[in-house]
Amino acid sequence: MDWVDLLLVAARVVGVFALLVVLTIVNIWLERKIVADMQNRVGPARAGPWGILQTLADGVKLFFKEQVTPRKVDLGAYLLAPFLAVVPAFLIFMMVPLGPGLEVAGRQVPLQGADLNIGILFILAMSSMAVYAVVLAGWSSGSKYPLLGGVRATAQAISYEAAMGLAMVAVVMFSATAPGAESGTLSLAEIVERQSGNWSGTVAFLDPVLSLIPRWYVFPQVVAFVIFFLSAVAETNRAPFDLVEAEQELVGGFHTEYSGIRFAMFFLAEYINILSMCAIAATLFFGGWNGPTWEGVMPGWISAILPVVWLMLKSYVLVVAFFWIRATLPRLRYDQLMSLGWKRLIPASMLWLVVSTVVIGFRQFGLPFIG
Amino acid sequence: MGILKEFWKGFKVTGSIGLRGLFGKDIVTTRYPSEMRSKPTRFHGRHVLNRYPDGMEKCIGCELCAGACPARCIYVRGADNPPDDPRSPGERFGYVYEINMLRCIFCGLCVEACPTEAITMSHLFEMSVTNRNDAIHTKKELLMAEDGSVPHIYREDPFADLAELDAADGWLRATSPSGVAAYEGETMWQATPGPASWAPEPDQETRDSEHG
Repeated sequence: MDWVDLLLVAARVVGVFALLVVLTIVNIWLERKIVADMQNRVGPARAGPWGILQTLADGVKLFFKEQVTPRKVDLGAYLLAPFLAVVPAFLIFMMVPLGPGLEVAGRQVPLQGADLNIGILFILAMSSMAVYAVVLAGWSSGSKYPLLGGVRATAQAISYEAAMGLAMVAVVMFSATAPGAESGTLSLAEIVERQSGNWSGTVAFLDPVLSLIPRWYVFPQVVAFVIFFLSAVAETNRAPFDLVEAEQELVGGFHTEYSGIRFAMFFLAEYINILSMCAIAATLFFGGWNGPTWEGVMPGWISAILPVVWLMLKSYVLVVAFFWIRATLPRLRYDQLMSLGWKRLIPASMLWLVVSTVVIGFRQFGLPFIG
Repeated sequence: MGILKEFWKGFKVTGSIGLRGLFGKDIVTTRYPSEMRSKPTRFHGRHVLNRYPDGMEKCIGCELCAGACPARCIYVRGADNPPDDPRSPGERFGYVYEINMLRCIFCGLCVEACPTEAITMSHLFEMSVTNRNDAIHTKKELLMAEDGSVPHIYREDPFADLAELDAADGWLRATSPSGVAAYEGETMWQATPGPASWAPEPDQETRDSEHG
């Protein structure tokens, strides 16, 4: 560990940070444009070409706005909450492998903020931390609507996090079936690598067909994917699960009393979380950065950058799905939200985990009691 | 599974509208101010004080508009016409004429009350001001020039739609002089100079002859 290593680590972290900030600017604009298109409107159209600089303008405006601090706030928690929202959001995305890694200065550098061997646990931990931000913001504001938003956030996050974790566990279990693997893995980089190639060699008589299908875990784990995606929408407090900031009933929900850059931080965290969740879904279920790179055919730099492009394409299909859902579905009632979480998603994910585990067990060890 | 079918229907609606919107189709937004919606003929916009085609002011300072105004936003003070330089045909003219646009409710009762059709309403609706005092429009802002052009407090503004003002005496034709429908637009109507003067409505002639 000399200064070159430190520099590379810093470069990776700063790179991911910059990427996230830029992509958030694009995402907010993209959402406004897509939702506008779906509502026969034009959306932001004045700032820059197609209004693409609108978010930047909003950001600059928020940056220079007064940060109103209401008299009744609990100041410590009130000031802490925006940071508690934004820091885990950045940290989650650090886990997403963006590409197969580069050779820099004689060192193998993973294209990833940090390659933890417990990446999935870290993601779950950080997404739980984000709940504290909402709860603390709601509670410390000293106002009734934020408090209601915070209370809702607590219940909602707990009920959907369980389903989300169980859906991820199914993927981790399934990753043990990769050729040459001894056990499942919690490292996202490892999971992506195990999804390279195609399905040939899994079911003998379907081999010609399976050898054309990429080895993405969405095919065997489609139920887990659906559960994960639904929970991700709920976890990021997006419509139709946006009861935390339900504008029509709770003013602005947990961020009612925030203004200026503090409000912008909640906003930033929300959009980073959307992108992170979609990137994680793409990583766990759609093969991450796997994709044809045409090495040798294309110029070297294109082959080097293509994995990132594939990951972004896969993520953005899901991001657009987020926006599409938001433009289409009305908000759930609170009891519907709870019953979907506890009575549908959690039992479904447990059942799927059992089924998936039994099937994997059969494939690995053969039928029990037979020998 | 019924709910999935409903989901599918919903996503189909937003999806197809979204795809059409992506190519700029079926957009209902009017991109104001670069693009203006046309307003109804009888739109109640900002007032204009009219002149006769020879340049005389129509206002005679009778204060009937001020009396009719339910918002009490009009202040008029008449004065005798100087014999050597008369402002209006007749004895008196509107020496001071002020409308507080912050109080005006654009009901048009002043227009109906006016015996000489001196005050009418244009189609101008952009009247924002940065100062309360600017909201009180005086004769300077209200009275049309002798060539019939109507003043605009932000005339130099690139977004000022001066064509709005050309509709200055537009809708008075539709209300009948003296409240008698049969004489609609027949005897009392006095033209104004310049672009503010409108052509008769298409069926004006036939309507008039029907009421003979």
